Amino acid sequence: MTDGHFRQISFTINDRERRLRVDIRKSLAEVLREDLGLIGLKQGCGVGECGACSVMVDDVLVDSCIYLALWADGKQIRTVEGEARDGKPSKVQQAYVDEGAVQCGFCTPGFIMATTSFVEKCKGKNVSPGDIRKAHAGNLCRCTGYQNIFTAIEKSIESD
Amino acid sequence: MFDISSHKKAGSVKEAISLLKENPDAKLIAGGTDVLIKLREGKKQFSHLVDIHGLKELNFIKKDGDNTIVIGSGTVFSQVIESDIINTHIPMLVDAAQSVGGPQIRNIATIGGNICNGVTSADSASPLFALNAVVSVKGSKGSRDIPIADFYLGPGKVDLKHGDVLTAIKISSENHDHAFGCYYKYAMRNAMDIATIGCAVNLKTKNGRLQDYRIAFGVAGPVPMRCPRAENMARGQALSSRLIEDISQAVTKEVTPRTSWRASREFRLNIITELAKRATIKALKRAGEELP
Ligand SMILES: Cc1cc2nc3c(=O)[nH]c(=O)nc-3n(C[C@H](O)[C@H](O)[C@H](O)COP(=O)(O)OP(=O)(O)OC[C@H]3O[C@@H](n4cnc5c(N)ncnc54)[C@H](O)[C@@H]3O)c2cc1C
Ligand code: FES
Ligand code: FES
Repeated sequence: MTDGHFRQISFTINDRERRLRVDIRKSLAEVLREDLGLIGLKQGCGVGECGACSVMVDDVLVDSCIYLALWADGKQIRTVEGEARDGKPSKVQQAYVDEGAVQCGFCTPGFIMATTSFVEKCKGKNVSPGDIRKAHAGNLCRCTGYQNIFTAIEKSIESD
Repeated sequence: MFDISSHKKAGSVKEAISLLKENPDAKLIAGGTDVLIKLREGKKQFSHLVDIHGLKELNFIKKDGDNTIVIGSGTVFSQVIESDIINTHIPMLVDAAQSVGGPQIRNIATIGGNICNGVTSADSASPLFALNAVVSVKGSKGSRDIPIADFYLGPGKVDLKHGDVLTAIKISSENHDHAFGCYYKYAMRNAMDIATIGCAVNLKTKNGRLQDYRIAFGVAGPVPMRCPRAENMARGQALSSRLIEDISQAVTKEVTPRTSWRASREFRLNIITELAKRATIKALKRAGEELP
């Protein structure tokens, strides 16, 4: 169904099915934030540099600011809002809290998704500090200096 | 919001070609990591899109009967990194794919998009030059195969006419079998940065000599380039530290890097010399050779 700039798509967002009329000009970040009220993810740069808008599409980490909303059609989207279960933070989220890996928090939802994707990908594998850094190279943090984030990631792997 | 006036999703390469034909202003979008950035910057040339994002037909890595490795243009860098075929036969392409952007970019940026925008810094380009890769292009008048060096016409310009779709990149047996390569990227940061210089070496050794030697650079000129005179000098020579030194000097006579805000010409020349050595030594290591 097309009418001008709008098209009907359906996708799963944090395990819930949705049908939505989306503007073809919008990024996934814009649709999630503006149309679905999922304001955990942030738009920092809008050009794929900072990772604040990171979400998972079919379990693949992407920058939602440079991902057309239309591409979500038929896909499963995960945002930070879906990571806590029954009011309980995920292991990754808990590790960030415990390690004080959050200051202003702007980068945190993106980092949580990057770490979650990393932890799921490297299950059962040996991980070096270099691997951790490389897997988070697409996420910028202007506050923490990264050390506490790094420790939280190490902890997320251990506790998994 | 992106300034998109029209968006047509193509269900096949054939459909993409005809959708492009219908609209002379339409451009292809694959991963969108270049196109959407340009739209974000307010550039109008991408406001009509024909969308081949995630097209299955273009997403594959396979080995043909004659041992030619074929990579679909819609293959993303993460898939190149995870591919057994590429890890076994062309680790240099894994080096290159690893060096692109960060994880989010590698998960979505395609190898086809990387060479179609025609920039000299594209990390997959110099390895493909050193591999004598051939690109397959389909258009309304049929298909054609173009050697990668002829595909690049000038800065930002490749041999694609309106209505053409790059479908695959082919690396034939004689270019990867018993050949060992390395891609070395020098950038100001270890990730999320454009190459100051990229260097790809692909070589074969026999009885302590260089049987074949190829060296290609990105950002050493307006388009990715080989250094044929240095290659000719190196071919057939006995392996030695002296030879590596000679190669690293010879390449500087062929490259034409320029000064930009990123780096001066002099600095780039220095990096070119250094990377020529490092990439050659690493490729030799992969070939199981030790320098006497
Ligand atoms: C944050 C960030 C970091 C980056 N880092 C790097 C880096 O380190 N190294 C690097 O090399 N690049 C880098 N890039 C650039 C970009 O990601 C790559 O060039 C990427 O490979 C482009 O592929 P794409 O699928 O996203 O292309 P798109 O944006 O979809 O398309 C790029 C161009 O190719 C054309 N095109 C795409 N597919 C086809 C096809 N099948 N046939 C014909 N034409 C086609 C499009 O019309 C367009 O002109 C970076 C980009 C960003 C945003
Ligand atoms: S807002 Fe998407 S990467 Fe910065
Ligand atoms: S906590 Fe402020 S940007 Fe990371």
